[in-house]
Amino acid sequence: MIRLVPRAEPSTAWTIATPILAVLLTMIAGGLMFAALGKDPFESIRTIFWDPLFHPQFAGYSRPQLLVKAGPLILIAIGLSLGFRAGVWNIGAEGQYIVGALAGAGTALALYPLEAWWIFPLAVLIGALGGWAWAMIPALLKTRFRTNEILVSLLLVYVAEALLASMSLGLMRNPEGGGFPGSRNLARWEPTANAELIGGTGMHWGVLTAFLAVIAAYVLLTRHIRGFHLRLAGQSPRAARFAGVEPNRLVIFCLGVSGALAGLAGIFEVTGPAGQISIDFNVGYGFTAIIVAFLGRLHPVGILLAGLLMALTYIGGELAQLMLGLPAAAIQAFQGMLLFFLLAVDVLTNYRLRLGAVA
Amino acid sequence: MHRRTLLAATAALALGTGWAAAQDDPVKVGFIYVGPVGDGGWTYEHDQARQAVEEHFGDAVETVYQESVPEGADAERAITQMALGGADLIFTTSFGFMDPTMNVAERFPDVKFEHATGYKTAENVSNYGARFYEGRAVIGHIAGKMTETNKIGYIASFPIPEVIRGINASYIAAKKANPDVEFSVVWAYTWIDPAKEADAAQALIEQGADVILQHTDSTAPLALAEQAGNVIGFGQASDMAEYKPSPRVSSIIDNWAPYYIDRVQAVMDGTWESQSVWHGIDEGMVEIGEMTDAIPEDVRAEAQDIADQIAAGEYHPFTGPINRQDGTPWLAEGEVADDETLLGMDFYVEGLTGEIPN
Repeated sequence: MIRLVPRAEPSTAWTIATPILAVLLTMIAGGLMFAALGKDPFESIRTIFWDPLFHPQFAGYSRPQLLVKAGPLILIAIGLSLGFRAGVWNIGAEGQYIVGALAGAGTALALYPLEAWWIFPLAVLIGALGGWAWAMIPALLKTRFRTNEILVSLLLVYVAEALLASMSLGLMRNPEGGGFPGSRNLARWEPTANAELIGGTGMHWGVLTAFLAVIAAYVLLTRHIRGFHLRLAGQSPRAARFAGVEPNRLVIFCLGVSGALAGLAGIFEVTGPAGQISIDFNVGYGFTAIIVAFLGRLHPVGILLAGLLMALTYIGGELAQLMLGLPAAAIQAFQGMLLFFLLAVDVLTNYRLRLGAVA
Repeated sequence: MHRRTLLAATAALALGTGWAAAQDDPVKVGFIYVGPVGDGGWTYEHDQARQAVEEHFGDAVETVYQESVPEGADAERAITQMALGGADLIFTTSFGFMDPTMNVAERFPDVKFEHATGYKTAENVSNYGARFYEGRAVIGHIAGKMTETNKIGYIASFPIPEVIRGINASYIAAKKANPDVEFSVVWAYTWIDPAKEADAAQALIEQGADVILQHTDSTAPLALAEQAGNVIGFGQASDMAEYKPSPRVSSIIDNWAPYYIDRVQAVMDGTWESQSVWHGIDEGMVEIGEMTDAIPEDVRAEAQDIADQIAAGEYHPFTGPINRQDGTPWLAEGEVADDETLLGMDFYVEGLTGEIPN
């Protein structure tokens, strides 16, 4: 019989090993699912994990796309991870992402057709402010009225979505678009175009910012007193208070940073890969980033790798749909398995498996 | 056979490299869908047409599709990967795929693209749409004749020209059939969301509507109508035949198959050219589904007559005199609306209450 024995300290080795184990288990379970759907499991797994990187026909295009897809995920997940470490649960990054994009794009559209180099930096700044401001709503409600930030931030996503629909149909609608919803194409307008910095690499300003955020978060968490406070507050709120951590300021800091980073992801996306404000502009990056943050163990380097892995399953999943005819729902189930197994094997970090009878 | 080789040779000359070599291979046709193929509505009908293409051409074509593609950045990648995968012709079947399609088309000049329900074209990009308003005029007539409370509920999706045109067309037809008729429009802000659609239908029924028209794709409003009894509705996008004979008394079916087969043939023959088409009942892109016995026989005959007249070009659902909602004249006696105004329609006609949200 198997017993679980609590560990005195979370195991460092298992902290690193569990994500890898989770990926392997996902491959096995996913392979079984694909086999049950009548597809070759080995070919399916190879298409998802190998082909986006090395397929002679597709890799030249899909490798840069990995960065395009991973960029916003990493940027948002880094912000979320700071709060998650401190026990501040921002679940509404999706809303902050939308509002950041709306604020930045709205600023740029208001200046149309002015041709000036400073429009893009201004839009980026306003985008970050927009995300920050949207996150300040749950932050202030929590510090003033002790509301639950999980609920408030989550519900504000739906408010942001309604705002997005209204903007794409009304105020920000392209006046030359024949009455159809959606704004002007910002990626095709020189002053706001967030183009690739080096052609054919997928590297745009948003991806670069995501990498900078990884480094900044690493430095903050390992070298800065505030990073220490964050970790302390998460591990032991009482001890943190003795160490002089002001809980309200921590809430405002964590929600503010994660909101601003989500807003940045939004404005980089709307000026680059997405190109325009439209009703369906948001595609769930804000929610997927939560998975990325945990898959990366809330560690900046882990998040970087997790973001790339998640992007790989997206792009590989698309290729599998295209080449093998796998249904889209099977790919989503496959991604769901990844989180499921990660949480399941997480138990090994905090518990030891013991074989034998109960003592 | 000789004729085909000759055509192929001319096509190869016209189109440049890469084509002649591929001639022995089947023509590869790709489809990008916005929803799942099992949505029972919009995407389902596009996929039915894809299967019709396969059936029609057999081994001469190979089709691939990708479902549930979000509109925006992901769409551009999905289309690009399809083009990289060797597709000769790609149908992108939702309005939001327009800019991504244009971007990809620029990079793949040898691939042909067909975008549904948009307005942009390029050398290798066509757009196509259906005159669903013709179907709406037919069911609007049935609705006007059959309502007993004189209240018709309308579940609208988004306030865009396509939807506003549908409301206007059915209102004009219903009003003609029954001068006392009133419309209540509920905006659901979704193309398909059974829960929201059911809520909308519920609200409309509670307000006394006994006919529900829908511009959303799920069968939820019909399910609600069935529960309520004495309420009828119509299939949208697909036939929704499981609710026959009532509450589903008829339907507007999107039939893309004739167009898709036609365009694939054009690629095979090397005669494909960029175009903008807007097909209706006449070309078979808009079909009126079986009118059931729940509709009185004389009303069925009238509705059929309207459909036939529209198909023959003898009658246009937007024929004057028609005023705008604010009372200003739009179409004079006998005047017919031009396509440009219809495509950009952003106003209600006189008699409709409420405002178009924006």
